[in-house]
Amino acid sequence: MNEAIQVEDAVSSTAGGKRPLYAPRVPIYPKRVSGTFRRIKWIALVVLLGIYYLLPWVRWERGVGVPDQAVLIDMPARRAYFFFIEIWPQEIYFLTGLLVLAAIGLFFATALAGRVWCGYACPQTVWTDLFMWVERVIEGDRNARIKLDRKPMSLNKAARKIAKHATWLLIAFLTGGAWIMYFNDAPTVVRDIFTLRASETVYFFVGLFTATTYLLAGWAREQVCTYMCPYARFQAAMFDEETLIVTYQDWRGEPRGRHKKGQSWEGRGHCVDCNQCVAVCPMGIDIRDGQQLECIGCALCIDACNGVMGKLGLPGELITYDTEANQKARREGRPPRYRLVRPRTIIYALLLVIAAGALLWGVTFRPSLEINVLRDRSPLFVTLSDGSIRNGYTFKILNMTRRARDFTLDLSGVDTATMKVIGLDEAQTRRVHFAVKPDTVASYRIYVRVPRAAVTDEQMPLNFVLNEQATGESTIYRTVFRGPGE
Amino acid sequence: MPTKIEKDAITGTETTGHEWDGIKELNTPLPRWWLYVFAACVVWAIGYMILYPSWPSLSGHTDGLLNWSMRAEIVDRMAEARAAQKTFYDQIEASTVEQIQSDPELLNFALAGGRAAFADNCAPCHGAGGAGAKGYPNLADDDWLWGGDLETIYTTVRYGIRADNEDTRVSDMPRFGADELLEPDEIDAVADYVLSLSSGKPIERGADIFAENCAACHGEKGEGGREFGAPRLSDGIWLYGGDKKTVVETITNARRGVMPAWIGRLDGSTLKMVAVYVHGLGGGE
Repeated sequence: MNEAIQVEDAVSSTAGGKRPLYAPRVPIYPKRVSGTFRRIKWIALVVLLGIYYLLPWVRWERGVGVPDQAVLIDMPARRAYFFFIEIWPQEIYFLTGLLVLAAIGLFFATALAGRVWCGYACPQTVWTDLFMWVERVIEGDRNARIKLDRKPMSLNKAARKIAKHATWLLIAFLTGGAWIMYFNDAPTVVRDIFTLRASETVYFFVGLFTATTYLLAGWAREQVCTYMCPYARFQAAMFDEETLIVTYQDWRGEPRGRHKKGQSWEGRGHCVDCNQCVAVCPMGIDIRDGQQLECIGCALCIDACNGVMGKLGLPGELITYDTEANQKARREGRPPRYRLVRPRTIIYALLLVIAAGALLWGVTFRPSLEINVLRDRSPLFVTLSDGSIRNGYTFKILNMTRRARDFTLDLSGVDTATMKVIGLDEAQTRRVHFAVKPDTVASYRIYVRVPRAAVTDEQMPLNFVLNEQATGESTIYRTVFRGPGE
Repeated sequence: MPTKIEKDAITGTETTGHEWDGIKELNTPLPRWWLYVFAACVVWAIGYMILYPSWPSLSGHTDGLLNWSMRAEIVDRMAEARAAQKTFYDQIEASTVEQIQSDPELLNFALAGGRAAFADNCAPCHGAGGAGAKGYPNLADDDWLWGGDLETIYTTVRYGIRADNEDTRVSDMPRFGADELLEPDEIDAVADYVLSLSSGKPIERGADIFAENCAACHGEKGEGGREFGAPRLSDGIWLYGGDKKTVVETITNARRGVMPAWIGRLDGSTLKMVAVYVHGLGGGE
């Protein structure tokens, strides 16, 4: 891989105490930068944070007695609302579908353009970016902050530090608050929090998210990406030679060195060792060392270098988004080729379309009615005094709409079977009429009776046919009727 | 033992000094805050072990300063549940079984409570769901020894059958064979007659023996005698078995089934709930 300088033979790495077992953290002071990618990052931040903080306040009328919040996960009532969609707990698989979609989307985006999630959209990046902006506003840009940290404590320093941490805590509190607003009605819970009427759970979670936001975005920052995050470790495994990644074009930049005005560019690279790419990096790395684990692909080094190149009158893109294959080609003088459409990306795109289609189809064609028939298991069947056989069933109807509905229930499959529904009709019949209240699960006990002579087998197929007269919608539940057999 | 420590040119980090099939590993130091988090976990663990039960001893375990136990939690939860159900229990206490059955909300509660109590107390003999077994009546069918209306079921549940209680239901079937009240061939004849009753076409043989000895309790046409708990012989439901051999055995040695008296063993509300539940198993009258 690279040249190894032989140090010593057969010596323990801790012998002589040359190097600490645990490395103290190197403080990072990212410098302010402007450019295309910085602008894209700001836009992404505003859009994503805007959605996060404002979405719970959007209203959606659903009727009396129903929450009017557009996006709400109502735990006590066990419903999830998303604008016009209402999900029951039995339909939790939609969440699975959404997660599958998110995962495939991530793989697709990474195969195309590298760690775009990490650099632009990840909550850790977005909140750390915001916190760093606050720090820059209060304490000043990179050099000012380094100087401030080196100075002893003074009124000025204390005031700035307190202001910064207070602002961080405020943002963290708003973040925690916004989180619980997805699970409670926003106006109500905000009022309750400040009048000390909210439940312990609410205060706990607001506290938890305040603490974690403050710690992760204020203190941990790049440590999360380098040491804690699992995505960081496998993102790189999702690249191939045709993936666009933040690349320092070393064939153009090397050999690097200081450049005085008027000097010739012959026999040297374009990199003037200004170290701006290192200064602006939120991870504190040097992209000129090549692809590395810590690079989150935020492209701020591209903006920084382009700025310097512009001032020197050189073409930009010394650091740029490029593929490994292209770098190889450029180094050898061949023309570069962008293969964004290749088997890997085609397959990901296809999977994405299929998964999205399945999800959409599932949501659109959800049944608004579900029936469950639970056969009695003990006793399997009962012999009555006239010799006929009786089976018991518990019938549950889930009315997932917000209006009362009328149904008829019919028996089919065993011609001589009759049924009695407890609470509805005391007579033995083959058809029952009943109504189900809106948004409820109605439960009925049904006893089906068959004359002994008609019970020809230990297990005979029996069907319950549910009909809604108003819409003509019909559902069949297939079950069995058990008897003693021959 | 590390054999050859090398230094990576780019990062300046040394390798561990080992090589596995040509693969070498950089010995990057851990961040110091990891160590602090680990130390914090150790402190937490020590605190936890002091406060909660943690260390086993030869015959028990340390209790922890908070004296927390899972069993105590359960007892508390049960008491909480009981307190929450108090309104229902009070109403059931104050109502008759008929009143409970006619109030939908109370009925719902009683059925649930009855099912739970039934599973614990009655199912060992009567089977889950009242399915029954040989010698233990099926409670889900419409054949009753002593009566299947709500009040009668309630009485049976409370006082039992041939139980240790002065109000228990008692009856005695004579041991026709063992006490030599009938000859073996007479028993054989009446057994045939009894079996023919279920078909609706009784035979001649054994009819007069039946009329003399059995009809007094079991009814002239074998329709049963509920004051005596005498089973109905003219249906297809048999408590001990409907084959000839078993019927002969029943006549010869008689049957004296026993059911405990639950009054005093279960509280008043539970008794009512069980009665309502049993009535609702499908065969209640």
